Formats: sequence, structure tokens, C-alpha cells
Amino acid sequence: MSLLELRGVEVSYPGPKGRPVRAVAGVDLDIEAGRVTALVGESGCGKSSLGKAAVGLLAPSGGGIRFDGQPVAALGRGARPPALRALQMVFQDPYSSLNPRRRVGEQVADGVRAGPDAGTDNIDRRVAEVLERVGLPARIAAQYPHEFSGGQRQRIAIARALAARPRCIVADEPISALDASAQASVARLLAELARETGMGMLFISHDLSIVRRIADDIAVMYLGKLVERGAPAALWQAPLHPYTRGLIGAIPEADGAGRLPDDLPGDVANPAEPPPGCRFHPRCPMAQEICTRQDPSFLTEGGRGAACHFADWSGVSLRSVSA
Amino acid sequence: MTAPLLDISDLTVSLPAPDGSRLFAVRDLNLRIGTGQIAGLAGESGSGKSLTSLALLGLLPAGARTSGRSGFEGRDLLSLSERDRAAVRGRRIAMIFQDPMTALHPMLSIGRQMTEHYRHHFRVPQAKALRRAEEMLDLVRIPDPKAALGRSPHEFSGGMRQRIAIAMALCCEPSLIIADEPTTALDVTVQAGILRLFERLRAELGLSVLLITHDLGVMSAVADEVSVMYAGRLVEAGPRADILTRPRHPYTHGLLGALPGAGGAGGMAPIPGLPPSITTHPSGCAFHPRCSWSQPACRGESPALQPVTPERRLACPVDPLAPKETLS
Repeated sequence: MSLLELRGVEVSYPGPKGRPVRAVAGVDLDIEAGRVTALVGESGCGKSSLGKAAVGLLAPSGGGIRFDGQPVAALGRGARPPALRALQMVFQDPYSSLNPRRRVGEQVADGVRAGPDAGTDNIDRRVAEVLERVGLPARIAAQYPHEFSGGQRQRIAIARALAARPRCIVADEPISALDASAQASVARLLAELARETGMGMLFISHDLSIVRRIADDIAVMYLGKLVERGAPAALWQAPLHPYTRGLIGAIPEADGAGRLPDDLPGDVANPAEPPPGCRFHPRCPMAQEICTRQDPSFLTEGGRGAACHFADWSGVSLRSVSA
Repeated sequence: MTAPLLDISDLTVSLPAPDGSRLFAVRDLNLRIGTGQIAGLAGESGSGKSLTSLALLGLLPAGARTSGRSGFEGRDLLSLSERDRAAVRGRRIAMIFQDPMTALHPMLSIGRQMTEHYRHHFRVPQAKALRRAEEMLDLVRIPDPKAALGRSPHEFSGGMRQRIAIAMALCCEPSLIIADEPTTALDVTVQAGILRLFERLRAELGLSVLLITHDLGVMSAVADEVSVMYAGRLVEAGPRADILTRPRHPYTHGLLGALPGAGGAGGMAPIPGLPPSITTHPSGCAFHPRCSWSQPACRGESPALQPVTPERRLACPVDPLAPKETLS
């Protein structure tokens, strides 16, 4: 059993004409202790909805989520059950996730009070400890968020989550609002924390080039479904799914070569009206007739997985078929 | 190079400080863009790159002051009257922002806003303006441009909106487009399409582009020249391949080292410290507190941007490549 277990998770929103729109259309995902699992995909693919469902900020419309064996119930009006406080979230925008009118120390102390250290007689010391752990001097506890850069604010938000001694963190685009240098340092920090403390981490990002440097496992999502999974090196070098290949080809390298990144034509389809068959087929350069009518199942083998009728498994022999 | 289309010399932009003194957001900036050229201006948030573009268009906040010159089509943009400037803005120089909704009105149809813009500069009948708008939408590859004219911005995806903003910018046939982080809010797949579009517009229309971005990957894909800005000053400038493969300023080194990089391991080494804010620009070379090459002299005078080869300029006296290259 994994630390955070998602099985057949679906998230629906009320759509036009009363028809529900399935933003997440059945996803299985496992987050293991001490490991970073990255979830990547374009905007609108449902990755943030999945992240919110994983921590109980949204009620899934189908499937089940278990944290540490316990079902994760969506957050109601009451306080979060103590067992779930070990599951924390870090958000994209450190400008809106921190309260501008409260001191940094008070906000990090909220985290301490939500966790197992709530009873400690020296909350300030614990606040100082976590601030230092994320690379900030303890004295900033007396300052306000506006005094800090984007990267520092994101560290403060991470310190607040860390203060609750979480066993798992879901980070939703934690670096996309930051400059390149801050992106590198915050991404590294999160990965280090996971490995050092044995926390599980779901790192949601649209940036495959960065997550491949810090993740143990990458899941690629397209229009509500996972299309590929694998270890970063294997996935980067030999992607099984044409969508993963498209994502990699579109990344511009700063090598000075003046090479234009590959275009992946078209936009992510409207989840209210997903294309029949394989959801990626209208944008796929290798789509065949079967792709327009039959949704490929997600096959797994040797630590990798993909949902494509024409995936090239030659490097990975095909043995098992998962439901 | 024949006379450049845009020739910025010694541009300085200052803003008023609460205590009455002046804060320098841009200092002694020199930059040229030739016809059909894409010039990249790189730097982190707060480096002054966006204020540079606003200064060119006369869109600086109240209280800002500029000095220097900005030659464009035989005139100095910085000394134009507001009336003349308004005639240049949107007509000869168009701007594209990070968020296309900065340029698009959410409630008006695409056709209405594109023609309004066009007819502001050209007194033509509505039917003719609509034809022009349709042509431009077709040029930037909006599917079914005629139908698109009747739609509102919210009916399009982020990438399509940015294409529409570009089409609108192109309506009046500007010779220069200033694009400030035009692909930063987009997915890489959509970004690739927009970069290809810029490349095509440059080839087909001879358009010049000042591309402002913090993303050196984007720079590498389309820019001919790259200028790197730090704390209001250019620290290094030259041809794209040169700057990105053989950076000579420690800050450029740092920016490249922070990227996840191509194949293999490594990369993602953050630059130590933080970029200074406008109120705390360090003395001497502004980068010295974060610089691993720093020497005592770096705290004194701010190093000037000087030619180190016929094509390259550099503002760092430490430059490890200096001996080899100056001898040849």
C-alpha cells in the first residue's frame, strides 16, 4: 500500500446545459514515502483538479483516495481531521497563498499548531527551525510577506506546510511563478525535503524540463487521463506516448543553436466534449482509424506505462495489462 | 550594418523615491535593432527590462524621467511630443504583453476591437478595416478568421488569444514589435507555435522584434542578438550563439547554469543570493555580492559595457576569456 493512493479518481464540474464536465476522467496514481512523483501536462488537462482532490480540497465524483490507508474525505465546513493534517498542500502563487497582513512567524506557527507539535511550549523555536530548514534566516519571522521576493515567499509557504510535520505534500505548480534561478532552488529544496524527511511528494507542473531533474517518477496527463508514466531518464530518452514526445520536442533549449521548438498543433480539447476514442487523436501525428473509435488502455511494463495503440515498446517487453 | 531601425543610446530611466531622491531603474542602456532582426533582452524580474520598453512607447508611470536618445525611423522617441508619440504607438511600434487580455477588451468582439484600432490610425471605411482584420487573423493562423471576427476573446484559448493580440498589433503594419514575455504564460506546446509565428513574420514581413524574456530557451530559439540586463544595466550583449554557448559575464553564466539544461545530469544550480531591488542597488558592479569571481575592485566603480570583440560587449573586468580573445 502506498502513502497516498488514488484509484479511478474522477472530478466533475457542472457544465453548460446541466451536463457535468469531467476534468479528471479516471486516474490511478501512487505517491510513495520519500519519493517525488511529478504530474505534468498542459493547462486544462485536469492536473490541478486532481491535486486538489488528492488533498481533499475538492470532492471527487468517482473513485477513491486513501492517505495512509484512511479514506480522504473532502473538506467540509469543520476543521480538517487530525489524521489528514499530515497531508499538506503548497500552492502556485506565493503572493496569494500568504496573508499579507500577518507576520511570517505567525503564519508558520499556524502550521505548527496544525501538526503534532501543537502542544510544544516553544512554538517560536519550531518556527525558527523550519524557516532555517527552507533556507531563510529565523529572524524574518517578525517580517511581513511583502518584504520578500517570489522565491522567498514560496519558501515561507513551504515552511508553513513543513511546520505541520507532513508525511505527504501536494505542490501545485510551486515554481511556475518564479524566475529561473528561484525555480531551480525551490524545486531542489522540495525534492531534498522529500528525500530527507521521508515525505511523499506530488509535484504538479507544466514544466517537464525541470521535473525530470528532481522527480523519481513522472506521470503525464492529457485531457483528464494519464497517458504515460515512467522514470525521468527513460521517459525523456524514449517516450512511449506521442503526446510526451510532443511535450519534449516543444521545449526550447538555451544552446544558442537557433533551433525552433517543434510545434504540437491544436489546443487541448474541451473536456465537456472529449474526442471519441483516444482523447489525443485529433492532435496526434501518428493517429490511425482505430484511434478515432477505441480508447487505448493503459498498459504497464517494467516500471513504465502508456495508453497508446501505437506505443513503441521495443525497449520494454510487454507482459502485463492493467485494468 | 545599415542604419538600425531602433538605436537606443544611453537610455536612463529614473523614478521618484518617497524621500524625493531618484531611483535609477535603467542606466546607460545601448541597444540597436536592425530591420528584420529579433533582438532579445534578458533579465530577471525587477531588472528594468519592462521599463525599458515602456520608456520607448512613452508609457512610463507619472514622475518617471528619461535621458538619452532612442532613434527610430529618423526621430528620437524620447523627445517626441505626446501627440507625435501617440501617432507612433500602435502604428509604427506595437506592443505585445505577457497576458493577451492586457490588449484585448473582454466584452467586445474581435472584429470590433481590431477595426477600432486600425481605423484610429487609418481613416478607412469599416468594411475595408474588417477585411484587413480578417487578413491579419489569417496571417497568424486563426482558423476560420471570418467567423473569429464575430467572437469574443473568452471563446478562445490562451494561445489563440495571444495570436489574436499579435494580429491586432500587425494591423497597422508596424515596423517594430515590442514583445514583453509574450510566451511566459503559455504552455510549451503553444509557445512553440508562437515562436514559429514570430520567425515567419520576420521572414515574410521583415518585421523587427524586441523580445523581452527571462527565458533563455526562448531567446535561443528566435533571437539574433541577446542582451543581458541586471539591476538596470546591460552586463553582456552579442550574437545569440556566442552569448549562450560562451557567456563571459558571471551573471549570464549563472542564468544558464540555473536551467535544467539539455541531456545528461547537472544544471539547475541556483545563483546564490537575490537580485537587488531598485532601492538597494549595490555599489560598484551591482552583481558583485552574488558573484563567485568577485574581486575587491568590483565594489568600487561600476564596470562599463565595452566591446571585447567586434560583435560582443561586456561589463566585467574579470572576464576569464579575455586574454585569448583579445590576442587573436
